[in-house]
Amino acid sequence: MAAHQDGASPRPSSLADLFWSFTRLALQGFGGVLAIVQRELVEEKQWLTPEEFMEDWAVAQILPGPNVVNLSMMIGDRYFGWRGALTAVAGMLAFPLLIVLALAALFAGIADSPGIQGALRGMGAVAAGLIAGTGLKLISSLKKNVMGAPVCWSLSAITFIAIALLHVPLAWVLLGAGTLACVWAYRQLGKVQARGAKE
Amino acid sequence: MTASLTLNLTFTDWLALLSHFLSLSLLAIGGAITTAPDMHRYLVIEQHWLSDSQFNSSIALAQAAPGPNVLFVALLGWNVGLNAGGGMGAGSLSWVYALLGVVLTMLGIMLPSTMLTFVAARWGHQNRELQWVRAFKQGMAPIVIALLLATGWILATGHDSSLNNWPVWLLTGASALLVWRTRLHLLWLLAAGGLSGWFGWL
Repeated sequence: MAAHQDGASPRPSSLADLFWSFTRLALQGFGGVLAIVQRELVEEKQWLTPEEFMEDWAVAQILPGPNVVNLSMMIGDRYFGWRGALTAVAGMLAFPLLIVLALAALFAGIADSPGIQGALRGMGAVAAGLIAGTGLKLISSLKKNVMGAPVCWSLSAITFIAIALLHVPLAWVLLGAGTLACVWAYRQLGKVQARGAKE
Repeated sequence: MTASLTLNLTFTDWLALLSHFLSLSLLAIGGAITTAPDMHRYLVIEQHWLSDSQFNSSIALAQAAPGPNVLFVALLGWNVGLNAGGGMGAGSLSWVYALLGVVLTMLGIMLPSTMLTFVAARWGHQNRELQWVRAFKQGMAPIVIALLLATGWILATGHDSSLNNWPVWLLTGASALLVWRTRLHLLWLLAAGGLSGWFGWL
């Protein structure tokens, strides 16, 4: 799928490379890691194409559990099997866990001060923007989608309205809009294949 | 963490803590944070193992610290353990209990979901040429994008959706645009957000 002319797409060179790459990602991810993952793994290291990232993210999101942990496990598994999966998850969690526990121990007394509360609010607002901005950036990957632009836009709009404005539980939205989308995509893929067979 | 509690947890209680998080793991679609309301019900209201302020500051601290947000679960376990050991001033036993709390809660929330994801993702990758596996990935793409936009929206408007909150929305909107259109390092954006909050502009 990746269109690299030399046939060798970029990949982690060793388990240690995998571990430290994910540690670096995790330590930059204040208020969530997703925006950093997209920028580092897709844009900088190019271990994943934008389309691969979308597909993996869809799987990571629909399965239970912390999304970025699921995603790192899937990426680690693809390159180094179960050892890669464990290594990637360890990289994602080990140092951040130490830091958050140290912070809890050190800042237990001053967490309620107005300055800290304000800073938390400010970083929270930016973190919200980072997630939404990552979504905006990925819109361009829909161009190659088999369902076509109008259907894609409608599905996005329905999902956004249901979750953000109407607060419908996620499971219902995934079952409803998700099933509809998958059935439609299945039909379209079938048509594309039939056309390909005729030519 | 002014209002900390002192607890006396038995072996069965620790087991109950582990099994509650094990049972929540497979329900955590969309991330562990979606099960936070149930953790609150169990830990604060039903068992009285945590105070309300311990619960809320665990989530806020994990959001602000680097790393996946699931680490708020580790902080919940940490605080339950501290309470069981008699608080931070009570010596090394409370640290041991706190670490035990971290291990049990994290193991519980992670183990079932990561096992399932590992098997399912492997299967999906091996069968990625099947038409309905491809249909799933293509079909979910616009929904995933909408979920990201919706998550940003909910986080930005969560605590206060009145118009008085406009500086927060402005900050969120501006950072979304900057992420989308520029390659500015994300840490600069977070630092700017933290500072503007520190100085009370939000």
